[in-house]
Amino acid sequence: MSHSESHIVGQHTAAHADHGHGDVKSYLIGFVLSVILTVIPFWAVMSGGFSKVTVIWTVVTLAIVQIWVHLKYFLHLSFTTEDGKASTFSFLFTAIIIVMVVGLSVWIIYESNAMMMY
Amino acid sequence: MNTAANYLTPDAAVHEHDGHEEHTSHSVFGFWLYLMTDCLLFASFFATYAVLYMNTAGGVSGKDIFELDYVAIETAALLLSSIMFGFAMIAAQGQKQRATLGWLLVTFAFGAVFIGMEINEFHHLIAEGHGPQHSAFLTAFFSLVGLHGMHVSAGLIWMTIMMIEVVRRGLGHQTVTRLSCLSLFWHFLDIVWICVFTVVYLMGAM
Repeated sequence: MSHSESHIVGQHTAAHADHGHGDVKSYLIGFVLSVILTVIPFWAVMSGGFSKVTVIWTVVTLAIVQIWVHLKYFLHLSFTTEDGKASTFSFLFTAIIIVMVVGLSVWIIYESNAMMMY
Repeated sequence: MNTAANYLTPDAAVHEHDGHEEHTSHSVFGFWLYLMTDCLLFASFFATYAVLYMNTAGGVSGKDIFELDYVAIETAALLLSSIMFGFAMIAAQGQKQRATLGWLLVTFAFGAVFIGMEINEFHHLIAEGHGPQHSAFLTAFFSLVGLHGMHVSAGLIWMTIMMIEVVRRGLGHQTVTRLSCLSLFWHFLDIVWICVFTVVYLMGAM
C-alpha cells in the first residue's frame, strides 16, 4: 500500500476517534467560557470587597463549572458514543474516589484537630 | 500489533490496517485510564495540602507569599497553551503537517512560559528563605505545585519528541494516535491547574 493510502486510513480513523475529535468552534467556545470562569474568581479574591464565605463558594463553584467546560469542550467526554461512555464512566468513578480520599481525609483530620482543643 | 516493530519499519503497520480503528481507540482509552490513576496521585497531594496548609510553624502563610497577578499570567499561559494544542490536533487530523508543527511550537512556547514562571516563583521563595524545609505548609505547597510542574515539564519533553516525529515521519496513523494521547495529557494538566489555582492560590490568599 502506498503512503498516501495509509494517510487516508489514518484520517478516517481520526475522524471517528472519540477523544481527538473536535472543531475550531467548540475549542473557541470552551476557551471563551474558561476565560470568563477564570477572570471572575481572580477578580472576586483580588478586589477583596466580598465576605469570605461568599468568595469561597464562588471560587469553588466556578472551578467545578470550569472543569466541566474543559471536559466537554477540550477533552470531548460524552455519553453518546460507546467509547465516550467508557471514558466518562471511568472518569466518574475516579471522581467518586477523589471526593472520598480528599473529603474524608480533611473531615477526619479537622475533627481530630477540633477534639484536641477540648 | 507490535509497537516497537512498527517504529522500526513504519510501512509494516500499513499492511494490517484492518485492526487500526480498534487499536487507536484502545490506545487512547488505555491512556485515559492512566490519566485517571494520575488524578488519584494528584488527589492525595491535594488531601495532604488541605490537611497541612495551616501548619506554618511560625513562618509565612499563603497570604504572605502568593502574588495573584503573577499566578493569573501563569494561568493565562497554560490555558492558551491548552487551546493551541486543540488547533494542532485539528490540523493533524486534516493531515496538514506544517500547520500541525506551527501550532505545536506555539503550544510549546506557552507551556515553556508557564514552567519558566513557576521555576522563577520557586527560586524567589527559596532565595527569600521560604524553602520547602521550613514548614509543613511549604512542604505541601512545593510538593503539590512541583508535581504539577514536573508533569508539565514531562509534557514539554514529549511534545519535543512528537515535533521531531512529525517532521521526520509525517502524520501517519500512529503519529496521530500518539498526538491524541499527548493532547489528553495536556488538557488534563490544565484541569489539574484549575484545582491548583483555586485551592492553593485563591483560597490561600484570602
